[in-house]
Amino acid sequence: MAKAELMDYDKALELFEPVLGFEVHVELNTKTKMFCGCANEFGSGANTNTCPTCLGLPGGLPQVNRQAIESSIRLGLALGCEIAETSRFARKNYFYPDTAKNFQTSQYDEPIAFNGQLTIELESGRQVTVDIERAHMEDDAGKLTHMGGAAGRIQGADYSLVDYNRGGVPLVEIVTQMIEGGEADSPEIGKTYVAAIREIVKALGVSNARMEEGNVRCDANVSLRPRGSNILGTRTETKNVNSLRSVERAVRYEIQRQAALLTAGGTITQETRHWHEDTGVTSAGRPKSDADDYRYFPEPDLVPVAPSRAWVEELRATLPEPPAARRKRLQADWGFVNLEFQDVVNSDLLDVLEATIAAGAPAQSARKWWTGEIARLANAAGVTAESLVTPAQVAALIELITDGTLTDRLARQVLEGVIAGEGTPSEVVASRGLAVVSDDGPLIAAIDEALAGQPDVLAKIRDGKVQAAGAVIGAVMKAMRGQADAARVRELVLERAGSAPVESAPSESVE
Amino acid sequence: MSEITAEQVAHLANLARIDLSSAEIDRLTVELGQIVDSVARVAEVATPDVPATSHPMPLTNVFRDDVVVPSLTVDQALSGAPDRAGDKFRVPAILDEE
Repeated sequence: MAKAELMDYDKALELFEPVLGFEVHVELNTKTKMFCGCANEFGSGANTNTCPTCLGLPGGLPQVNRQAIESSIRLGLALGCEIAETSRFARKNYFYPDTAKNFQTSQYDEPIAFNGQLTIELESGRQVTVDIERAHMEDDAGKLTHMGGAAGRIQGADYSLVDYNRGGVPLVEIVTQMIEGGEADSPEIGKTYVAAIREIVKALGVSNARMEEGNVRCDANVSLRPRGSNILGTRTETKNVNSLRSVERAVRYEIQRQAALLTAGGTITQETRHWHEDTGVTSAGRPKSDADDYRYFPEPDLVPVAPSRAWVEELRATLPEPPAARRKRLQADWGFVNLEFQDVVNSDLLDVLEATIAAGAPAQSARKWWTGEIARLANAAGVTAESLVTPAQVAALIELITDGTLTDRLARQVLEGVIAGEGTPSEVVASRGLAVVSDDGPLIAAIDEALAGQPDVLAKIRDGKVQAAGAVIGAVMKAMRGQADAARVRELVLERAGSAPVESAPSESVE
Repeated sequence: MSEITAEQVAHLANLARIDLSSAEIDRLTVELGQIVDSVARVAEVATPDVPATSHPMPLTNVFRDDVVVPSLTVDQALSGAPDRAGDKFRVPAILDEE
């Protein structure tokens, strides 16, 4: 595909003001689909979760999933929306093989939630309030795979394959008002907004919120207004922007592309564009035309949804603390500097860290273990850190270090045992015999043996050359299989050698 | 008399993927015009205290519980498909996207 001309980003912003809009689709994690009892699950065999209703076969009759309604209302409330007194479904008619019904069951003139607001904070500390126009319910489409032609692309494909497992899965589509005044921060606003939505739906527990599995998908609308003009430019809608980084890149790309085109005397076509993750460009899709004449009409097979105010308030009472407020509170409670806290947030370890600290571990130790050794092991195994150990196990491990039963090095071995399913940290300590030897008896025996075996070293120590003790300490630690406190061994070596312990001696790093 | 034109009927038929002959378009233009006129007459007698409705039944909030019920088998699901490849529906190449 031909690479579009791009204008330098700063230059583009000198000439134009970007205007943004986002449509974020959130897949709900209900057990069943929106309108039928087929399982809502990712990754099952193709076409194993279908029925006459989600396949649009004759005789199929939709029935609304109560849980999906509750999730939608809670999401609407979390976005500061009003919840409609009456809301109804509508058919959005189009012919495309991703829906076997030939229409999507959506909402048109009476969405479940509307008039919301979400305030996001950029890295600079700048706060931006995004107005939410509406959040409406609809069902997802099936999954198409394009075969033949150029690898997986629609162009030149010989045919396509359809899996309708996803068809009928409940979605909430969140539509923003136009976002003006974003200026140079526009790409970051896109990324941060989508991240905030993802965080909210996760905190609510209404979605698995995994962007890589398509649980949260973003369409980014971008238009440019020439400086000094109040006429809105033509917008493009970029689809398939399915990672936070891509949202940022796609917005930036469209600003640069449209600026170059407009400055060269061209015009922007109102169209759907596709984002290509691999090459970092957008390409033209179909222009808005007849295809967008969806002939919406009220869904005759479904009666209106009229949530009582009492029900809405009941659901409002279940809302968790807003994620942004929670982050601020936790960072203050734990006393982490920004870098430490960001590390935890970016590694998605906020929940496990909170649970570990609640189980009694000091905040810094909990952070060190989760973002350090546990993250390293998880990374190597290609799994999430929280799938390896529980917060309670980590707290118990840290407790064993604090009370002197384990050194950090021994604790790492205990952790491996816990991950291998050998039991709690204490059980692993017992079964592997890993505790620090705190009884001086075995240490003294080992030291005497080592000193006897190295008479030259003993002589040196007695001459006051305490550095020579290192060789004996090493031998003792080896004999104890690392299960001794090196500082204590040093004290005892000097004592047994008949020389007084030296307070200021640099501690041996035998580990 | 309504404003329905033959062009509108042809456009609608195209959107609905219904292949109409020009004789059918002419006939439907008249019939649709009559339907629109009839609705307009009903609208004349409708008063503000009768709210617009999309459903004849005075029902709201009909829900089902979020409980999985057995789906069709893959073979049942694909039994009406014109073509299949493995466990998936096979459809002709889609040309007008991207």
